[in-house]
Amino acid sequence: MKMNQNFSTVAQRSPSELATNKVLRNTYMLLSMTLLFSGVTAMISMALSMPPMTYLISVIGAMVIAMFVLPKFANSPAGIGIVFLVTGMLGFGLGPILTMYASLPNGGNIITLSLGGTGVIFLSLSAYALTTRKNFNFLGGFLMVGFLLVLMAAIANIFMAIPAMSLMISAVVIMIMSGFILYDTSRIIHGGETNYVLATIGLYLTIFNIFISLLQILGIMGGDD
Amino acid sequence: MDWMQIASALALGMFVIFLFPRAKDAMQNSPKGSTSDWMGFIIPIVGIILFIMLLIELV
Repeated sequence: MKMNQNFSTVAQRSPSELATNKVLRNTYMLLSMTLLFSGVTAMISMALSMPPMTYLISVIGAMVIAMFVLPKFANSPAGIGIVFLVTGMLGFGLGPILTMYASLPNGGNIITLSLGGTGVIFLSLSAYALTTRKNFNFLGGFLMVGFLLVLMAAIANIFMAIPAMSLMISAVVIMIMSGFILYDTSRIIHGGETNYVLATIGLYLTIFNIFISLLQILGIMGGDD
Repeated sequence: MDWMQIASALALGMFVIFLFPRAKDAMQNSPKGSTSDWMGFIIPIVGIILFIMLLIELV
C-alpha cells in the first residue's frame, strides 16, 4: 500500500516540476565543477606567484565575458566552456589575494575560516530556500538597488580609503549576496530561471563575492591587515 | 593614487552604468512582498550576521 502511494506520488509530478528539478541538479553539478576548477586555477596562480594586478585584470576580463559573451552562448554547449573560462579566470585572479593573506601570521586560519564560512552560508541559505520553497521574487528590485549603492560606496572608498567603510561595504556585500542566493535559488525552484548555465554563473558570483568579503572582514578583524 | 585604483574605479563605474537600467527595471517590475515574505528574508540574514560574528571571534 505504502509502495503504491509512493509510485502514485512520483507519477503525479508535473512535467514542469521535473524540468525544474533537472535545472536545479544541472546547476549544482556545474557549480561544483566550476568551483573545483577555479580552486585549481587559484593554486596555479599562487604557484606562479602572479603579481597583484592579476586580480584586477582577471575580474574585469571575466565580468566582460560573463556580461557580453555568455548570454549569447547560454543555450549552446559552448556556454559551458565559457562558464569554465569565466570561473577559471576569477580563480586565477584570486591567486595573488590568497598569497597575500597566506603571508600573514594567521593567514592560513583566515583563509580556512573564509572558505568554510562561505560554504556554510551558501549551503544553509540554499537548504532554506529549497526546504521552505518560499518565493523570493519580491527581493529583485531591493537587491539590485542595494548592490548599485554598495558599488557606488566602493568607488568612493577607493579614493577615501577608510578601513571602517571598507569593513562596512564587505558586510553589506555579504548581506546582499546572501539575498541573491535566496533569490536565484527561488527563481530556479519556481521556474523563473530555466537555463542552468546562467543559473550557475549567478550562484558562482555570489559565492565568489561572499568569499572575498569574508576574507576582507576576517583580515581586518584579525588585526593583521 | 596609482593606476590600479583608477582602473578599479573606472571598472566599477562602468559596472554601475551597465547595471543601472536593470536595477531600475527590477525596481519597477518586482512584486511587492508581504510582511511575512520580508520576515522570511530577514530571519536568515540575521542568522548570517550572527554567524559572521562567530567567525570574527574564531579568527
